[in-house]
Amino acid sequence: MTRDSVLITLAGQPNCGKSTVFNALTGASQHVANYPGVTVEKMAGRYNYDGLKVEVVDLPGTYSLTSYSLEERVTRGFLLAEKPSIVVNVVDAANLTRNLYLTLQLLEMEIPLVVDLNMMDVAHRRGIRIDPEKLARHLGASVVQTAIKTGRGKEALLSAISRAGRSSSAHQTMRIDYGPMEPFIREITARLISDAPEAADYPVRWLAVKIMEGDAEALKYIRGKLTNPNSFLEFAAKKRQDFESQFEELPTRYMAYRRYAHAESIGKACVVTKTGNRRPMSDKVDQVVCNRFLGPMILVGVLYLLYYLSIVQGYNLTNYTWPLLAKIRNITAALAPSPGFIEIPLLRAFSLWFVDSINALLNYIPIFFILFSLIAILEDSGYMPRMAFILDRLFSKFGLHGSSTLPMVLGGIYVGGCAVPAVMSTKGIPDERSRLATILIIPLLNCLAKVPLYILLINIYFVGHKGMAMFFISTISLLMVLPIAKILTLTVLKKKPTAPFIMEMPPYHLPTFRGVLGRAVERVRLFVRKIITIVAAVAVVIFVLLQFPGLGHERKAYYAGQKERTVSAFYSKIQGTPYAEQLQGENLMKLVLYYDEYKSKKMGVKGKEASRALNREFQERNPGFFKIVKPGRDKIAKKVNRAFKRLFKARKKLLREIRKEKIDNSFLGRVGRFLVPVTQYVGFDWKVNVALLSAFAAKESSVATLGALYDQGETGAGTLEERMHEGETGFTSLHALALMLFMVLYPPCIATAIMVKIQSGSIRWMLFSMVYPMCLGILVATLVFSGGSALGLSGTEAMVAFFGLSLGTTVLMGFVRKSPDLN
Amino acid sequence: MTLDQMKPGNECRIKRLMIHDQLGQRLLDMGVYPGLTLKVIRNAPLEDPMEVCLGGFFVSLRHDEAKYVEVSLS
Repeated sequence: MTRDSVLITLAGQPNCGKSTVFNALTGASQHVANYPGVTVEKMAGRYNYDGLKVEVVDLPGTYSLTSYSLEERVTRGFLLAEKPSIVVNVVDAANLTRNLYLTLQLLEMEIPLVVDLNMMDVAHRRGIRIDPEKLARHLGASVVQTAIKTGRGKEALLSAISRAGRSSSAHQTMRIDYGPMEPFIREITARLISDAPEAADYPVRWLAVKIMEGDAEALKYIRGKLTNPNSFLEFAAKKRQDFESQFEELPTRYMAYRRYAHAESIGKACVVTKTGNRRPMSDKVDQVVCNRFLGPMILVGVLYLLYYLSIVQGYNLTNYTWPLLAKIRNITAALAPSPGFIEIPLLRAFSLWFVDSINALLNYIPIFFILFSLIAILEDSGYMPRMAFILDRLFSKFGLHGSSTLPMVLGGIYVGGCAVPAVMSTKGIPDERSRLATILIIPLLNCLAKVPLYILLINIYFVGHKGMAMFFISTISLLMVLPIAKILTLTVLKKKPTAPFIMEMPPYHLPTFRGVLGRAVERVRLFVRKIITIVAAVAVVIFVLLQFPGLGHERKAYYAGQKERTVSAFYSKIQGTPYAEQLQGENLMKLVLYYDEYKSKKMGVKGKEASRALNREFQERNPGFFKIVKPGRDKIAKKVNRAFKRLFKARKKLLREIRKEKIDNSFLGRVGRFLVPVTQYVGFDWKVNVALLSAFAAKESSVATLGALYDQGETGAGTLEERMHEGETGFTSLHALALMLFMVLYPPCIATAIMVKIQSGSIRWMLFSMVYPMCLGILVATLVFSGGSALGLSGTEAMVAFFGLSLGTTVLMGFVRKSPDLN
Repeated sequence: MTLDQMKPGNECRIKRLMIHDQLGQRLLDMGVYPGLTLKVIRNAPLEDPMEVCLGGFFVSLRHDEAKYVEVSLS
């Protein structure tokens, strides 16, 4: 029988070059695999070879196939449920014996196997020679030698897969001899066949072996399949006990030893090692990179470079990409219904708000792209485990993990990061408890969007101590985050499973351009797809909350009256001039829009030449209007120009007043007022409340909303700093400190919250990540504001006191012993 | 003697795994099994974790985990 399409999967231990093989096989046709019941991301791709359509699924790298870790359960579950036609087992040729440990477990599952001895070039260089025919005989599977990274052996691999794919003949399976355990396995097999014919989905010997191991998933399967599983399960438990008391060894342990023994004997038969198996390059590099003194210095250097290239340079890059986004906004503005004298059509307000919200996020894409590329380089090069190795001791004292380093740096361990990629990168932390702790504290680090508010407040209230205040705000988040992580692991996360730290230190690799680029693009795509849609939805909600219920009839009538007065004042001024005729009815509004456009275009224009061209353009469009806008020496035109400018200003002022009153009157504004009884202890008035509420969608909004609320209505009223200072006489540096600390502990923005949901896999953790910082923020801000007021401290004094308190807590928490359980 | 007591440069033979839970399984799956010879390469800059070489394969583990591996100096 022949087939023309097959499903194959790649399996192998971590660091065996599996993803390189996957890239080589599937090229550009990759996508995130969509198979049911999976929380670990799997990639899929397809290719055609010799008339055979092949769908390839890349499974996560695993050392073994027990049911302890998530990756192992995913891999095993996929193999059992999807029953791929072939498993391509990618094997690191330089570590054959150890890799065979997994190969043997795959063979036990009785799936046709193609063993790909990969990285043969590395093995050769280390003086390792392997006899592939002998290996194939020992394993009962076809064996191909490749060095996929250099392109060698790809053809052989393709044809081996195609050969195995076309033949559906029952292949010969290799059996591991479990020695004295064989009678036990035989008994269980017999019981399975006689008592549990329902459980025939799985290979019976494999199932018997797993039951003998007491494997949780296998026992669960039996429980689900059998109508009356108890007698069988008791029988199996009895067998395990019998074996343990007879041979004084746990069956699982014993079986693993036998597998290793089997792998070793195959290794001995097929491998010749000429020189001592060393990794000359990697070992030399590690002598420096993991050195007691140089190691930490290099680590700081690498992290600084990561931060500098992505956040600083990436931000510079947005100067070039922003005009593109601005163009989208301008096109939207042109398409939307035009504004009236004081009425902004709802559709216009909405489409601009919507585009602005999306643009605010799209603007981050250059940063993300650089960041994701750099992370991919770190991952592929093998530096990540070294990073964890160097910092694990420090972080594990606070319930975190060595691998928490990268997420924390990305989140903004000093100042300026982004929580979205930071939460995304927690995927690499193997320990569930530390991983959740890391996810939960990342939003409290200083992301880029929090910085404008800090700078605003420091510039107003800490003028004499700018440097100190900046240092305080940059370091305080780390000082608060460490004890918080510790408290979380000792309380809400106490029941979460932890995993052993033990981790491979793979040899260093030179990352490939394609691998890095592919991953960066894929992650940016994921960001756009998952985040942008939800942010769009939230933008709509916030828009509604800010726009409605809007102004009452009375206020509308009041503003309409204001408009009438302004317009008639203008007409009476220009009466008798030749322009009066020209500006009747709709034409006045046209002139307003014409002037508005001219002004905004003028701001974007640099140089005399360009400015002249702009003037020419507007003159051609409407010579009559241009005369009013640019009167030159014409006396009458000058007079009209003055009157028009007054009208224009008056309109702006009206628009601002309306906007302010709308926010004031909006649902969000009402919530802000409603919260005052609570927030008075923190020192926030309703304006600050509204600004903070609007920061939920994106933290940048806080400064923008404050800008709108503190608008004094006079053009040229000075910077927001000056306006805030004048507007809030009661607002002191202590208020500002409380507000800054509240911002540090502010709940994650929507984009981050979604990422928290994706990475923690539950809405409940997402909600928790939003609620607990808020409570904590109110607590800390109250402590600082009310405590500081009671003691009569100034903002600067309270700052020093709070810093000391946090430092002390952090050091103390470091000494608290973690619960001794390792499970 | 247990693995956590070994110093960088020491070579030893694994005698026994003295833990039976997830950590034991993980040690086993990473290639720590009785009979194998290992070499301690280094301690981390902050002393913990340690890095060991298991026949051409390098692994780092915390001292808290290494104390469950009984070894004899070779």
